This record gives sequence, C-alpha cells and structure tokens, in this order.
Amino acid sequence: MIRLVNLNKSFKSQRVLKDLNLTIPSGKTTVIIGRSGGGKSVLLKHIIGLIRPNSGEIWIDDEELNQLRERDLYRIRKRFGMLFQEGALFDSMSVGENVAFPLREHQDLKQSQISEKVAEKLALVGLTGIEEKMPSELSGGMRKRVALARAIALEPDILLFDEPTTGLDPIMTASIDHLIMETQKRFQMTCVVISHDIQSVFRIAHNIAMLYDGKIIEEGTPEDFRRSANIVVQDFLQGRVNEQAH
Amino acid sequence: MINRLFFLLGSRALSFVSELGKILLLFIRSVVWTFIPPFRLRNFIKQMEFVGVNSLFVVVLTGMFTGMVLALQSYYGFKTFGGESLMGGIVALSLTRELGPVLTALMVNARAGSAIAAELGTMRVTEQIDALEVMAINSVQFLVVPRIWAGVLMVPLLTAINIFIGIIGGYLVGVVLLGINSGVYITKMTNMVVTSDLVQGMVKSVFFGLVLTLVGCYKGYNTSGGAEGVGRATTEAVVVSSVTILISTYVITSLLF
Repeated sequence: MIRLVNLNKSFKSQRVLKDLNLTIPSGKTTVIIGRSGGGKSVLLKHIIGLIRPNSGEIWIDDEELNQLRERDLYRIRKRFGMLFQEGALFDSMSVGENVAFPLREHQDLKQSQISEKVAEKLALVGLTGIEEKMPSELSGGMRKRVALARAIALEPDILLFDEPTTGLDPIMTASIDHLIMETQKRFQMTCVVISHDIQSVFRIAHNIAMLYDGKIIEEGTPEDFRRSANIVVQDFLQGRVNEQAH
Repeated sequence: MINRLFFLLGSRALSFVSELGKILLLFIRSVVWTFIPPFRLRNFIKQMEFVGVNSLFVVVLTGMFTGMVLALQSYYGFKTFGGESLMGGIVALSLTRELGPVLTALMVNARAGSAIAAELGTMRVTEQIDALEVMAINSVQFLVVPRIWAGVLMVPLLTAINIFIGIIGGYLVGVVLLGINSGVYITKMTNMVVTSDLVQGMVKSVFFGLVLTLVGCYKGYNTSGGAEGVGRATTEAVVVSSVTILISTYVITSLLF
C-alpha cells in the first residue's frame, strides 16, 4: 500500500501540492486525473523519490521514503517500474539492450537467459523480433510499448504510468490500455496511472483520484465518480469550461 | 541607480558562488561514488575512447601547427638580434609549460566537453536520467564518474602527444625549412626544458581535464527547458570551461611555480 500524508511541494513561489493526502491500495489500478500542469507528474515522481517534498510523508508499505538513506531508497526502487511520458528509452542502446538493461544491472543472469527474458517481455507487449532496432526507428506507440517491456523486465510490485496514452491515436490508446490491464492482472501489480483521457480512465481504473488545486478533491470507484455531485469533477469528466472555477 | 547596480552585482556574485558550490558538490559526489561498487569498467573505457582516442586527430593537428607557427614567429623575432639558436628551447618551453596544456584542453573542450553537456542535457530533458534513477541506478555513478575520470586521465595523455608533435613541427620549420643547425636546436631544447616544466604542464592538464568534463557534466545534468535548454547548457559548458581554463592556467603558474 502507498500512503501520501500531508504532502507539500512548492517550486519557487508556486505551491504545487498543498497538504495532499492519498491512499493507493495494493494490487489495483489507481488513476490520478486532473488538468494539465496541475502537478500530477510531480505527484507521481514523489511516490518514487525522484522529487522530495517540502513537508509530508510518503509511505511504501511500512517504510517512509524521506527517512531512508540513499542505499535503501535504491532498494525500494527495485520494487518499482515506471513508464515515462515519452518512454525515456536510452537512445544510445538498441531496443533489446534497453529491455535487458535492468536485468543486467540487477540480476545475475547468463546472456542466453537475458535474451530469453527480453524476447518474452517484448512478446508480452506485442513486439516480437525488434531487438536490433534503435529507439529512433520506432513510432511513438511502439516506443511506449518497449518502455513498458523495460519497466516490467524485473517484474516489479508497483508500476507507475505517466500519461501512457497522451499523443496516441484511439486504436493505439485502446491497445496500451489493454496492455496495462493485462499486465496488472497477470502480475497482480499495484498500478498508478496519471491520465486526462477520460475514456481510457474509465476503461482501466479500479479507483480514481482527482487532483485539483494541489489537493485530492475526490476519491472513489469509477461508478462513484460518474455519480459525483462535485461540480469540478463533473466539469472535468464532461469537458465543460466553468468560468468561475477556472 | 547605484542601488540597482549593487543589487545586480550582488545577485550575480551570489549566483556565481552558488553555482561553484553545486559544481564542487557534484565533484564530491562523483568521488564518493567512484569507490562504491559496481565498478563499470566498460563505461569508463568507452568514455576514454570518446574523450581521448576520438580527440587524437584534432589534438595532433593543433600540436603540429602550433609548433610550426611558434618556430616561424620566434625565428623572425630572434633573428633581429641574432638569437635564432634559442629557437628550439623557446618552442619546447612554450609548448610544455603553456601552449600544449591550454590548447589541448580547449580543443578537447570544444569537441568532448560540449558533447558531454549536449548528451547529458538531452538525457535530462527526455527523462532518461530519471529512468536510470527509477531503475535503482545512481545516475551520477553511471554518467558522471566515468566521464570525469576519463577526462582526468586522457587530457594529460593528449597534452603529452600534443607537445611532442608540436616539438616535431617546430623542428621541421626551424631545421628543415629555415636551416638552423639540428644539433644546436636539440641542445638548446634539452638545456632549457627541465623536469619541472613538464610537471607544470601535466599538473595543468590534469586540472583542465577535470574542469572540462565536470563542467560539461554539471551543465548537462542540470539542464531544463527542452531543446532550447540543451543548446543553452552546451554553450554555457564550453564558455565556462574555456574561461576557467584560461584564467586558471595563470593562477596555477603564479601559485605553484
């Protein structure tokens, strides 16, 4: 379970997170929605310790990230996988080397075992036999799928997705959503997804949390959200511009 | 008006000191992470090839022409009072103490320092550095450590090659082209250049190797603002390193020798 308690973060004079509280249950997909530039990515980077809060606590099961030494932080990170917005594949390495990278770094495997695992993970994301290609030769959707294969290479407990479907066509969006659901189910992972693609959110979420003005203003199942009386939530879901609120 | 001036000067000075502190902190972190396993030898060798081997051609070319033009200029200067025989010594001395280390560092900086800043900067803005950290790999250890040690090791080696080629260039112009006696040329050179001159050149080049890779890494590692940010980081890295090299060569000479 991931618990964020009274999290505060400011960049210069801009307060991005304001006393934010959120609990993310294990073995489920939680989607965090909110407007662009509202601090969703910042929130996600706090969960994995890439950004430190000004105050507040981040609990991963029974360990608090801010209390950990660098070495322990790296130990915890081995339980995580993260899919970045643009994939963040290493462009000096081929697809195969990218997926093999975490395996080489953290597991004592023979070359044949690594190749086998790489092929297996690539097959899982529907990209067989592209090990030799370079990231620059791939389309946006393919890059994200390779990045997903790399993120799940070590079979982590927790998988974070930073806007996995932004910039993709509807078919590719559906296919990435399907992959997220498949992977979550197969490995029983805790998935935290950041998105503002409403269709996609309702397809994959077990739980939804809405970030607004630095706080979580609503949490619940997709059904709860559909029935929510909160006007900000309804405006967001239906894409309405509310002059007073914005 | 005066207030504004002081405010401007003060804020510039503060940002300079804070930047310097951050570079120093990056260096300390790199030193600490050098001794923590895993030791990525392959990464280190790759960087030595990039900083060292790939800079060889440009360093040899610079050395050759520096030596040649030095010989030519000093010949015309010394000829006015009949001191042409000193040429071998003057060329070798200028190269070992000053021109070899500085010009090599400036060339390696233009080639490798800028490339380091651009590569790390691109990795930063495309979140590849974050991806490393998420995969539980210390990005300073993975990216900065091999680059700065490659600089510290390869720049002195390149400097030695540059000086050697420069001396050959000077010899070719002095002896072959201008007809100075070969024996006189070499004797003056061996008499005038002593071990401490070589030490001075090498001390400088070790420091320059550290500066150009460290500043390149620092600027690249802390890039923000997309493609424009990468461009800015690259330019800043080259300018800051070049200026530091030129100023510090004077400081090192006056302090140590």
